[in-house]
Amino acid sequence: METAVVQSRQKLWSGGRSPYKVSYGKLMMWFFLMSDSFTFGAFLISYGTIRMSSNYWVDHNYVFNSFPGIEANAPLAFVSLMTFILIFSSVTMVLAVHQGHKMNKAGVEKWLFLTILGGLAFLGCQAIEWTHLLTHEHAVLVNGNIEYWATTTSHNPWGPRVLHDGMLINTPGPVAFGGYFFGITGFHGFHVTIGVILNIIILIQTRMGVFQKRGHYEMIEKVGLYWHFVDLVWVFVFLCFYLI
Amino acid sequence: MSLQTSPQIISHPDDEAKVKRIWKAFWVLLILTILELGCGLLIYQLDKGDPSHMLILFIKGVIVVFTIFKAFYIISIFMHLGDEIRSMILTVAIPMTLFIWFIIAFLADGASFRNNRNTDAGSRKYEEVHIRHQPLNIPPGTKKVTKGHLD
Repeated sequence: METAVVQSRQKLWSGGRSPYKVSYGKLMMWFFLMSDSFTFGAFLISYGTIRMSSNYWVDHNYVFNSFPGIEANAPLAFVSLMTFILIFSSVTMVLAVHQGHKMNKAGVEKWLFLTILGGLAFLGCQAIEWTHLLTHEHAVLVNGNIEYWATTTSHNPWGPRVLHDGMLINTPGPVAFGGYFFGITGFHGFHVTIGVILNIIILIQTRMGVFQKRGHYEMIEKVGLYWHFVDLVWVFVFLCFYLI
Repeated sequence: MSLQTSPQIISHPDDEAKVKRIWKAFWVLLILTILELGCGLLIYQLDKGDPSHMLILFIKGVIVVFTIFKAFYIISIFMHLGDEIRSMILTVAIPMTLFIWFIIAFLADGASFRNNRNTDAGSRKYEEVHIRHQPLNIPPGTKKVTKGHLD
């Protein structure tokens, strides 16, 4: 019995075929994504450490409470829209991969195009959000004087509110918030940008019939893996910055 | 137009089932996200009063569980890891278990740092003050400060 196990092991690992039943490119994409998940994990956990070490942290429901074009207080609304856009672009990507399995060129083109649109919409939303945070100034009580601060990597106007001259006014909050927020969402946005560029490249290649000639659409699968990973990271960024 | 250039479109009998599975995963993700939002808004509403710390922590724990389910759906269905062979799944999954240690160790580190700072490394007592974003008793007539409205 033992020899049988050894023999089948040898067959699996003695060359000539992939022991994981995946191609080299797909396996390497998985390994790259694993290393990337540790990069993002390290960022998010370091944010968690600093947050745990502070007695006060920013209340995200007050920081992220605006929606472009609407005056009203709308906590979570805009970021929910961004999340829905990214989930939807993930579905269109997996449908493009599916059409690729069926060697359906027109289908791949259609779903890839929608995925690119979703990615661009997400990036546009992020640009709006960043602009809002970096340009909207809030009154802050600093050493008895009132100053106007925007949310940046060096200034945080979202400290606890105090009463000053019969008015509610913010005090300076933990400085680390801006650095972590812009650093991590920026690094994620950079990944989305790369994903959009890769999607545009494979859309052009699909149109040129490169994959049809090659006989398989594995490149769509590999870029798809990357795109889903970007969505996966957003799930955790959404959790860490906007929900808890 | 490209149908003519690709006559070899293969139609599997389980093709529809696959597409159905993708859309099902999408709806699951959407519903989980909406539930997360519901929990987030619940915390926002509760914070206006004076909620117990444990209750808020519990709701946040529920959100984390929803997030883990979402991650599982994305990895197993969208990234098709669930369709790979076992050794491939384990090759990806086992290194990820390092995160369990990673999260526990570093969050505990942060908490210990806070405690040391608050108590001067245990040499004095620290009275926990729950700092709220808004003071509990806002006197009537208090104005919110917005830019340009300050005199």
